[in-house]
Amino acid sequence: MAAGTAYEPVIGLEIHVELSTKSKMFCGCEARFGGIPNTRTCPVCSAQPGALPVINREAIRHIARIALALDCRIAPGSIFHRKNYFYPDLPKGYQISQYDMPFAVEGHLDVTMDGEQHRVGIERVHQEEDTGKNIHAGESGRIAGAIYSLIDFNRCGIPLVEIVTKPDIHSPQVARSFLNKLKNTLQYLDVSDCNMEEGSLRCDANVSVRPAGSDLLGVKTELKNMNSFKHLEKGLAKEIERQIGLLEAGRPVVQQTVHYEVASGEVHPMRSKEYAHDYRYFPEPDLSPLEISQDFVDDVRTGMPELPSVRAARYVTELNLPEYDAEVLTSNRDTSDFFDETLNYFDDQKMLSNWVMGDLGAYLNASGKKLSIETVSPGQADQLCWLSPAGFGEFLAMIKDGEIAAASGKAVLPEMCETGKTAREIVEEKGLAQISDTARIEALIDRVIEANPEQREQYKSGKKQVLGYFVGQVMKESGGRANPRTVNEILREKL
Amino acid sequence: MSLIKLTAIEALELMKRGEISADELTRAYLEQMDRREGDLHAYLEISRERALDDAARPGADGGPPLAGLPTGIKDVFCTRGIVTTCASKMLEHYDPVYTATCVQQLIDAGIVILGKTNMDEFAMGSSTENSAFGPTRNPWDLQRVPGGSSGGSAAAVAGGEAIWALGSDTGGSIRQPAALCGVVGFKPTYGSVSRYGMIAFASSFDQAGPITRTVNDAALMMQYLTGKDPLDSTSVEHPHGFSIPVDQDLAGAKIGVITKLVREGTDPDVESAFETAVEAMSAAGAQIGEATLQHLDYALPAYYILAPAEASSNLARFDGVRYGFRAAGAEGITQMYEETRSQGFGDEVKRRIMLGTFALSSGYYEAYYGQAQKVRSLIFQDFERAFAEFDFLISPTTPTPAFELGEKADDPLSMYLSDICTIPVSLAGVPAISIPCGVTLQGLPVGLQIIGPAFSGKRVLQAARSAEIAIGFDKVSPLIEEDV
Repeated sequence: MAAGTAYEPVIGLEIHVELSTKSKMFCGCEARFGGIPNTRTCPVCSAQPGALPVINREAIRHIARIALALDCRIAPGSIFHRKNYFYPDLPKGYQISQYDMPFAVEGHLDVTMDGEQHRVGIERVHQEEDTGKNIHAGESGRIAGAIYSLIDFNRCGIPLVEIVTKPDIHSPQVARSFLNKLKNTLQYLDVSDCNMEEGSLRCDANVSVRPAGSDLLGVKTELKNMNSFKHLEKGLAKEIERQIGLLEAGRPVVQQTVHYEVASGEVHPMRSKEYAHDYRYFPEPDLSPLEISQDFVDDVRTGMPELPSVRAARYVTELNLPEYDAEVLTSNRDTSDFFDETLNYFDDQKMLSNWVMGDLGAYLNASGKKLSIETVSPGQADQLCWLSPAGFGEFLAMIKDGEIAAASGKAVLPEMCETGKTAREIVEEKGLAQISDTARIEALIDRVIEANPEQREQYKSGKKQVLGYFVGQVMKESGGRANPRTVNEILREKL
Repeated sequence: MSLIKLTAIEALELMKRGEISADELTRAYLEQMDRREGDLHAYLEISRERALDDAARPGADGGPPLAGLPTGIKDVFCTRGIVTTCASKMLEHYDPVYTATCVQQLIDAGIVILGKTNMDEFAMGSSTENSAFGPTRNPWDLQRVPGGSSGGSAAAVAGGEAIWALGSDTGGSIRQPAALCGVVGFKPTYGSVSRYGMIAFASSFDQAGPITRTVNDAALMMQYLTGKDPLDSTSVEHPHGFSIPVDQDLAGAKIGVITKLVREGTDPDVESAFETAVEAMSAAGAQIGEATLQHLDYALPAYYILAPAEASSNLARFDGVRYGFRAAGAEGITQMYEETRSQGFGDEVKRRIMLGTFALSSGYYEAYYGQAQKVRSLIFQDFERAFAEFDFLISPTTPTPAFELGEKADDPLSMYLSDICTIPVSLAGVPAISIPCGVTLQGLPVGLQIIGPAFSGKRVLQAARSAEIAIGFDKVSPLIEEDV
């Protein structure tokens, strides 16, 4: 299918974000993931007869932050609509959502990929509410063929913000990168956990393909059920491949919903019957139009936290870090906050940056744990890493001062993260203190020189790069504990 | 002294003076139920024990302001501890987990709840014949309907089975049965009374209000019904509040007769009772003129798009999943929905759900719902223009007196027409009251509707009290008369 290169994918994303407000969107129930089923419910969110919704002001503050972070225009008046359909997890028989007058429109978010900047337009940002959760007993795990089904309404009514991008994305990689940047931004805003596994961040995609260079849009499909960044990228690639395959075979792409199967990594178009809905939108008569004053917007703007792009710029200008470092460090709020906090205890920004991006980053990736600037309690230890900014600062200072060899540090750091012990404790326990004692190092060097007469001759005859070989040998002999600077100095003299 | 003929204000006065007790009063009403409920069927549920317990609480003297008043509550309001059915098989055994705000306010003020009154299923109807549990009959003539949908509340008040009652009005459901039963019914400005806990029919129209024997009683109940409720975003603090009207004439009041509502299709007896009332009001000093509402012809069709549209969505929650009726034996979720809703709802409810679903459907929305909203705005403007000229507008409350049971049951259109005078007011959301203004040759009561601008309820009630004095209507239903 070499002709595949002649097609350009066109992708728009629809992202649902569960807000981390205290209470639900339209009632006072606690809005938190989990809990004993149906304990976080009330007449409103379980849709008892006669119950009425009331707008959660905190949620409106959250969505306003999102809208401002995405450079959107906030509508002075927006309207809630009812989206009507029957499903057991939707107790009212309608979802309160927004339709033709959303909360905010016309924004953008820029992502950088391989040094190239992509501007992704934001079509709209609107407020709605989440549904309950159906649990179907039976082999299929779906409602069809279930032996019985249970419904948990704890999630029902949790504030949900829908963000719709313009069809400005032209590769699965940029889509993934965009979602990453969006997630990161939302985390900086402190409006959502953005946990894709728990469903507090969900992403659907509208996908079409067209001949490269064309301005026309092809027939699109709606790709659903991608519950991780990896699956988003894979699902998009599969769907694009499927659409190109159809077109190359001279068959049309049908506008329909396509389901991504996580297990197989395949995409399956759904029968039209399964998704043909007429939602009969109409203005929600139980709620007045949502009026947003300029004062409110100004107030939210004043309280906005530093966004990742601003923080990255600060790292470059104020901390003299390379742009690459600034980008990587700010790509995760926890990490970036940790970096900032550690600067209070250790002032070599570049060395700190190297360790955060290097060994610490590797540990976090491997363990799946996160950093926290707060004191970690034992109950959080399976999610959070024990390392504290002060402890990390002390550790780095010990390396810089030559108390531990950098090579030994590589072993100390993971243990600090795992156990919460201080660097000093670990170094003592394991006898990892660096050997700076000249006499002991001289002895090591003498042994190494003696054992390598050939290399010694080479050095003498002017082949100075052999020095590196000797350093390596000495470090090896010392178990990585010899102070490399001292080793270098003495080696030069002796050789 | 017949306790079941007292007004609420009279009863409070007697209890305050220690001449009667709340217990005696409550028992008098329960005894009237024992005698008459078999014919009348004004109630779906009688909470006898609770009523006697409530009546035994210390009250009257220095107690809560409405202590000891035996009250009927329309079954559209959720009442914790008393089954709430909305006269539907769908909620036949539904025991609410909470009490409607406005009912709670009355409870806090001391009322005694006698029970839950009959109504058209989900408040959809004009005769109470759409109750899933059998119709209510009119205390003035047991072969006739009491009107609807608050027919049980109106019949209870007219028939001596409650000193007053709580009703709800969407397109005329307080005013029309009040007119047909010869009692007073007041629909406040939309937003005056919390809708929280009132089972929704059409959210942008529904409003709770009193059905009473006198205007002053209606004003009294309104003092405790009104108020902004944090649980109902559409409720507001009534800017002028309510107070008991004073006895005065109508000097200086500019009153416009909506002539179109008098001349077209109005029963001659109704027309003549209305004209006599207008003359009495004129004699009491009112300046009577003719008011024209330009878009009146479109009110009924607009209402029968908007109200069913909202209803089709409001009633979606009755799906058999969480509470209420669920059809047995269904295979799969779709069939469960279909069977439950087919068996659980009555014909009129299903008709309106279908009408509303259609009106909101993709491709029809603009032509139906969109147009109807525009008509609603135009009618609102019509009223605003009319109120620039007049203090109040008046019309008969209904085009005909109470009709016979079954007479219109198979003819929805002619049934809908019985609300032709009340529906325009509901579209505009303004306050209106129906007071009895005479009887037909057959001895059936006729209602006069007095309409005021938004949030003028206090003034409307004052004007109604003045009209009440001027008209001097003093008849009561034979059911009370006979039992004296």
